[in-house]
Amino acid sequence: MRVVLAEDLFLLRDGLVRMLEAYGFEIAAAVETGPELSKALAELEPDVALVDVRLPPSHTDEGLQCALAARRARPGLPVLVLSQHVEQLYARELLADGNGGIGYLLKDRVFDADQFIGAVRRVAAGGTAMDPQVISHLLSRRSQDKPMGGLTPREREVMELVAQGRSNTAIAAQLVITERAIAKHTSNIFGKLGLPPSDDDNRRVLAVLAYLDRG
Amino acid sequence: MLAAGRGLVLSVYGLAVSIIMFVLAVLSITFILLGIGVFTTPVVLEGVRRHANQRRLWAADWSGVRIPVPYRPFPPDLRKGVTGQVERTTLLLKDPATWRDLQWLLVDMTAGTVLAVVAAGLMIYPIESVVLAAGLWRAFQDDPYWYGFVPVSSQLTGLVALALGIALFHLGLRAAEPVLRAHFLLARTLLAPTPEQTLARRVDRLTETRHEAVDTAASELRRIERDLHDGAQARLVAMGMNLGTIESLIEKDPAQAKKLLATARESSAEALTELRDLVRGIHPPVLAERGLGDAVKALALRLPVATEVTVELPGRAEASVESAAYFAVSEALTNAVKHADGDRIWVDLHHGEGMLRISVTDNGGGGARIGSGSGLSGIERRLGTFDGVLAVSSPAGGPTMVTMELPCALS
Repeated sequence: MRVVLAEDLFLLRDGLVRMLEAYGFEIAAAVETGPELSKALAELEPDVALVDVRLPPSHTDEGLQCALAARRARPGLPVLVLSQHVEQLYARELLADGNGGIGYLLKDRVFDADQFIGAVRRVAAGGTAMDPQVISHLLSRRSQDKPMGGLTPREREVMELVAQGRSNTAIAAQLVITERAIAKHTSNIFGKLGLPPSDDDNRRVLAVLAYLDRG
Repeated sequence: MLAAGRGLVLSVYGLAVSIIMFVLAVLSITFILLGIGVFTTPVVLEGVRRHANQRRLWAADWSGVRIPVPYRPFPPDLRKGVTGQVERTTLLLKDPATWRDLQWLLVDMTAGTVLAVVAAGLMIYPIESVVLAAGLWRAFQDDPYWYGFVPVSSQLTGLVALALGIALFHLGLRAAEPVLRAHFLLARTLLAPTPEQTLARRVDRLTETRHEAVDTAASELRRIERDLHDGAQARLVAMGMNLGTIESLIEKDPAQAKKLLATARESSAEALTELRDLVRGIHPPVLAERGLGDAVKALALRLPVATEVTVELPGRAEASVESAAYFAVSEALTNAVKHADGDRIWVDLHHGEGMLRISVTDNGGGGARIGSGSGLSGIERRLGTFDGVLAVSSPAGGPTMVTMELPCALS
């Protein structure tokens, strides 16, 4: 699997390259600035891109903008965005096209290599990987609010894991209930969020987006 | 027509009060030598100031002439009783604005009144010509009455007078407004602060806000130092210690070493979380990455109360202004969440006429005030450094609206 990596701090870039190579990824390019990233994304056609939000030369959200622009040019291009902080605002923008293949994680998550690599693979396969923190802000807010979208506590728990990008199997394992129960919960959630029934995987992305939008 | 009426008010009411005030002030100040003046002067000068302020108000309302108030504020710890009264009189007499007020009274009752009379007269005088032409001329058949430069003694001359009156009336329609304005401009030469006064006030204000800015910066640094010292720094020490133990345990007791490794990793994650929160408190990352509008939007998403943010900023302000505005909004929002007890908040940010205008409105119980130690006075201090101002409207029962204005340019 070919990866384009954009990170301006040498130590972190180097560490990520080593980790990805150790897990059998091929590094197509490891760049440190926004313009280099745009060029690499356009020319190398990677299977997945790992992008730091803040990149030189502007040191604003250049990485995020490059990733969004590349996805406009090539819809569904898998991008995993890394940052020192997570914002619901950015999560919404990333998910807005509803195409999936999106990840948004705190840089801390690289501490757990297995989980991190799992997230990279999930994104590359067109799934999502949202940092639990993006969702947890929402949940803490909801608890003081009226029950949003009428989700039951159990459904919210499931929603949180769906938002993180877990599969039904993984969610079932974590909550120690059967996969069939999870399937029932998710279809209830989709219904309550007003998403039409279909077998499309994108429905999970749309569900997250709908959930974020109610914030 | 309106201008004529206003001119009439100025020439009758204004003249009368100016004369009375001037006489009283001169008498009162003279009587200071006898002792009585000490007690009357503050009262009389207060009256003079009120009279002058009334004129400042009319200037702004009627002719759009802005006349700033030049009076020095009294110190807050003014004593009561006789000593206080003496102090008050001395302060008033030392204030150059007092003497300029008296000069203005003189000018107002002479040149000022003439201008006011002209503004009023151009519209009122023509009425007489109508009366003359209508038949009053009969009374002056033997001894001509001079209407302007027309000797009225017959119907014909009466009609000439009427023509003159109509001409004057038309002139008045055009001229009354500018003449009234001229009256206020004349008042401004004496009622507005002199350049020295303006500078002196500016220096006072700058000194005050500089002190506050330095104090705030120092206490912020102390807070950051304490947070680092008790937080991330302590965690890194613990982590280092753990790693040292792991090093010595790794061969003897791998299982224990593994357990400690997990704690070390936990410590590093906690240190990161603390650093992240600290960074948010120093300069929020979204502010650096996206600017004020999105930073406030991101902030609103974190609040436990539903918050609607409207942003109309065509560019970005200077980093220091953005930061001050952000933290001001943040404090206003915290206040609203903590004290207002409402279930909705609206934030509006826009830029116009060189001003960044921000309003934070909630539908809570109201009753918020700018007072010592409240979050609102903190906002006032923050904005003061940038010549920004804060206004709070919070009637009991709500809603509360906090408005902030910061002069700044966008790029």
